[in-house]
Amino acid sequence: MAEALNFEKAFDVEGGNFQNAGNVSGQIKGILKELGVSTDIVRRVAIICYESEINIVSYAKRGTITLSVTDEAVKIESKDEGPGIADIEMAMQEGYSTASAAVREMGFGAGMGLANMKKYSDHLIITSELGVGTCVKMTVMNFQKMLHPDLPPFTL
Amino acid sequence: MQLDVLVRELGLKVHCAGRNLGREVTGGYVGDLLSDVMANSKEGDIWITRQVHQNIVAVASLKDLAGIVLIHSCEPAPDTAAKAEAEGIPILVTDLPAFEIVGRIYALIHP
Repeated sequence: MAEALNFEKAFDVEGGNFQNAGNVSGQIKGILKELGVSTDIVRRVAIICYESEINIVSYAKRGTITLSVTDEAVKIESKDEGPGIADIEMAMQEGYSTASAAVREMGFGAGMGLANMKKYSDHLIITSELGVGTCVKMTVMNFQKMLHPDLPPFTL
Repeated sequence: MQLDVLVRELGLKVHCAGRNLGREVTGGYVGDLLSDVMANSKEGDIWITRQVHQNIVAVASLKDLAGIVLIHSCEPAPDTAAKAEAEGIPILVTDLPAFEIVGRIYALIHP
């Protein structure tokens, strides 16, 4: 039997730096491909990771995105030092945004970020404290592996 | 259909990564909202947009899009062009508005 997969890596994201926005997501996508994670899961993680990265760049001073991969799931944790979210329920609604005009001008801040993160993950938890920051934990499950435990990791 | 066929048939100006015009275009997506494109475009799509800043390269690269078409003769910003060249993402420019170029691309892909 193949050895169980257990990979973890954290990436720093600089707030306000749109020049490098997407770099962390690109690196994470590369790692997942290298680990042999299935295309569908890579595609979903790329979306939630990019939205997390853009949220940190758009709103926070700095943040960290942590990737962890096991046979059963890919997890993304996005933790930032930022303004926090006053009303999480409102923020989760598609179309709601507090983004600045400059951020909207670039085609961000349409109120789709958190909605996409929820849509493309199987599980999402947000905790936030005003003036401190926000933490979003997302899980994309590898259901094929759970249904067929004998399958080698992620070779679906 | 290969990207170079679209370039030839529609008179697109090749701005970046001309070395990758052999890519296969399997569909298309139109949009200026990056989250929308990120969520809904598919691998192999040609992306029609008027955004010129360098984040379009990150989106196209993350989604494995075939290339980007800028409408209304929009030029990519210098850092966008540099990043697209480095990452091998073709950026093509048309003088047509989105509606016109999308109609023509659609007709070529779905004859």
